[in-house]
Formats: sequence, C-alpha cells, structure tokens
Amino acid sequence: MSNNNQDHYYNADDLKKFGNIGEFGQDLADKFFSYYGAVFAEGALTAREKSLIALAVSHTVQCPYCIDAYSTDATEKGCSEQQMMEAVHVAAAIKGGASLVHGVQMMNKVKSISM
Amino acid sequence: MIKKSLASRHSGLSSSENQLKLLEAEGAFPNFSDKLLSAGLFPLKPTAINILQVNLGKMCNQVCAHCHVDAGPDRKEIMTLETMNECLAALRENKFGILDLTGGAPEMNPQFRWFVAEAAALGVHIIVRCNLTIIVANKKYNDLPQFYRDHKVEVVSSLPFYQADRTDRQRGEGVFKDSITALKMLNGVGYGIDGLLQLNLVYNPAGAFLPGSQEQLEKDFKRELKLQYDIDFNNLYCITNMPISRYLEYLLNSGNYEKYMDRLVSAFNPVAAASVMCRNTISIGWDGYLYDCDFNQMLDLKVNGSVDHIRDFKMVEMNERDIVVKQHCYGCTAGTGSSCGGSTT
Repeated sequence: MSNNNQDHYYNADDLKKFGNIGEFGQDLADKFFSYYGAVFAEGALTAREKSLIALAVSHTVQCPYCIDAYSTDATEKGCSEQQMMEAVHVAAAIKGGASLVHGVQMMNKVKSISM
Repeated sequence: MIKKSLASRHSGLSSSENQLKLLEAEGAFPNFSDKLLSAGLFPLKPTAINILQVNLGKMCNQVCAHCHVDAGPDRKEIMTLETMNECLAALRENKFGILDLTGGAPEMNPQFRWFVAEAAALGVHIIVRCNLTIIVANKKYNDLPQFYRDHKVEVVSSLPFYQADRTDRQRGEGVFKDSITALKMLNGVGYGIDGLLQLNLVYNPAGAFLPGSQEQLEKDFKRELKLQYDIDFNNLYCITNMPISRYLEYLLNSGNYEKYMDRLVSAFNPVAAASVMCRNTISIGWDGYLYDCDFNQMLDLKVNGSVDHIRDFKMVEMNERDIVVKQHCYGCTAGTGSSCGGSTT
C-alpha cells in the first residue's frame, strides 16, 4: 500500500496526531496521557521548570517532536533564549560526560592488557 | 525590523478585504461561529456594555511588528474635536463605567489632554493605553506622568518582555531602554506604588506562540523588573496576538500562519468564549464609527444594526445587537482567553 508518510521517518505534522495514538490501544493511551498531564502540572517544581527539564531531555533523547513542542512550550512559559540554551547545554554536558566517563573503562582495560 | 506601515508600503495586507479573504478562506479552518454554536453562544450577544473604547488615531511614534492597527508615524488618521465631543455626549447620556483610550499613540492626538480632562470631569474611570516611549519621544510629552496622575488615569502599557532583545525585536530598536526610562518616570510620580495610581503592563508574545500563564509571567516580570531596574507595577495582562494586519504579515512571511491558526483553533476554550471583551465593550474608530472591538475596527467590520456612528449611539440597541464574529476571533478564545484586560478565565 502506498503511503507518502513512509518515504521518511519524521513528519512535523505527525506531532498533531499524537493524540490519536489510542487508535491501536485506547486504554493504555488514556493511562499515558493522564499520567503525562499529572507529571507536567504545577507541583514541587513549577510548570516552567518542568518545561525546561523536558526541553533538555528532548535533546538528550534527540526527539524532534519533543524539541518542537518544548521549545514552544518553554517560550510560552516565559523562558528566555539564554535559559533554554543553558538547559540544552546541561543535556549536552551530561550526554558528553556520559561518553567521556566511559574513558575510564577504556583506560582500565588498556592498563589491564598492557605491560 | 519593519520601519513603515503596511499602508505606506502599499502592501496587499493593508486592505481589510484582502485580510478577510485569507482568514475566511473556505475549509481552511473550522468556522468560528460553529464553535460558538457548539458552546451555546451563537449568535454572540452583549452581556452589558460598560466600556467605551475610543481609538484616537493611527498615528504612533513606533512601528511595532505585531501591530493590529498598522499604526506608525506615517499614519495621519486621527480623531477630530467634533468626534471627541460626540464621544463625550455619549458618555454623558449613557452609563459607561470605563473610558478606554487607545491608538496609535493616543497622546499624539493634539486634543488628547483636553479630551481626557473633559472625560475626567464626568467622573468616568479613564484608561490610557500608553506605549511608554511616547513619554520620552519629545519634550512636550515628558510631563505625561504628572498629567495622568492629576486626572487619576489608569495607565496600561505594552512591554513584551523584561529583557531588551525580545522587546526590541517586536517593538523596535531602543524601545526597551526608553520604556524603562518611562516606567521609572511613572513610578516617580507614584504609578505602580500608590494604590490609586494603577500601572498595568501588557505582555504580547514576541513571535508565533501563545502567552503562558498570566500569573507566572506576572511573577517573573515583577521579580526581574524590580531586581534589574527597581521598577514597580500593578498587574500584567497577557494578550494573544490576533492574526490580522502586521502580525498577519509576520505570520505569513515567517511561514507560521497555518500552524498559528491551528494552535488557536485547537486551543478554543468555551469558557473563554463566554467572557470575550466584545460582550461589554463598544469600540469607536478615529472617524466615530462603531465596532464590536478594536480588531473588528481594523478589519472594517462595523457593528450590526441601523446605528453605526457614535453621534447616534443608543445603549439599548447596542445591548441587543448580534456581535460580528469572524475567524480572527479565535485569538480571543484560545487557552485562558484574551482581552484588553488580559486573560479572561
């Protein structure tokens, strides 16, 4: 069956269809969206702090849908460009650090097989 | 940054007919009146008119990128003394609680101070939508804070962000700096400090996005303006940008038009729809014609009914009319709602 959407993996318009994910399993979708809504509500962290965390995590998991959604959301919640970029750097630092810290494992291994 | 109005650039979008053609394109977006119908609000009727909003003219010292009036220094349309007298007569003969003055920069109308003094003598509460920079634009405007104070005018002023870059991208180079100077001058005569001298700021998103929580943004603005500039104000009003005039031009040029409209439509809130400002406001154009709101005014959509000019104003008839709604009205019903007084829910 021909489907234009199969020509590429990501389509910006698909973000709007996220709410339709229940088509193949309504019960779990309902549970997910209910949980999702509760997670992002004001709590011990403000909705804006949560939005910045979501923006950082979006970059770590490299989800273009999430980056679109939370760049808009954080801007709407009054975050400045500097705050958003600092959040992205936190994500980059953790992701970079996570790679680099494995260098210790490399060093351990090299030392263990070296004279 | 744009430097001239759509009108002086002879842009196709300077025509309200062209704007409406685009906004009303069949099938592009769900019909706003159908949404109102499903919310039990169509035809939309006034609750009780309490606010007379008067647009004193399109002349302005700024050329903001999002301006729904297409105002600027190159616009010469301003209200005459005769029309102002007709507005005062309507104020005398009818029960309005609030006179809301807007523009352009309303202070650039040569009869502005006379009009405010006459209206103040009638005992009506007066709001002036002051763009702040007019206060420092010319020596002759430097005493506006004292003038406002003397007439107990409520000052409502746009400041899209508490940082210069985002503000200047929307309102023009150097606007933030001048706005801060003007805010200090207003604080200097008691505005935002003395409870009787209300200074309220307006937050318009500087781009293709909706305003966030008014409560949260107000806290941010208060904290940052106090911390960085020692400025006080009373309330922050979050206003959604309407997809008309120069903001429509921005949406089209930046490729954001469809997405923005989709966002407004999907954020339609029946509770906000029930509280739209056109239900308690009448808008007067610089030439005295009557409109349901300042946005309908800029789209040349006059009020329904036989009376369409302030000289013939009849409160009973106005309170019974059907309010004119079009696709741009989604801007007032999205999310927590939007009005000249901020969120409506």
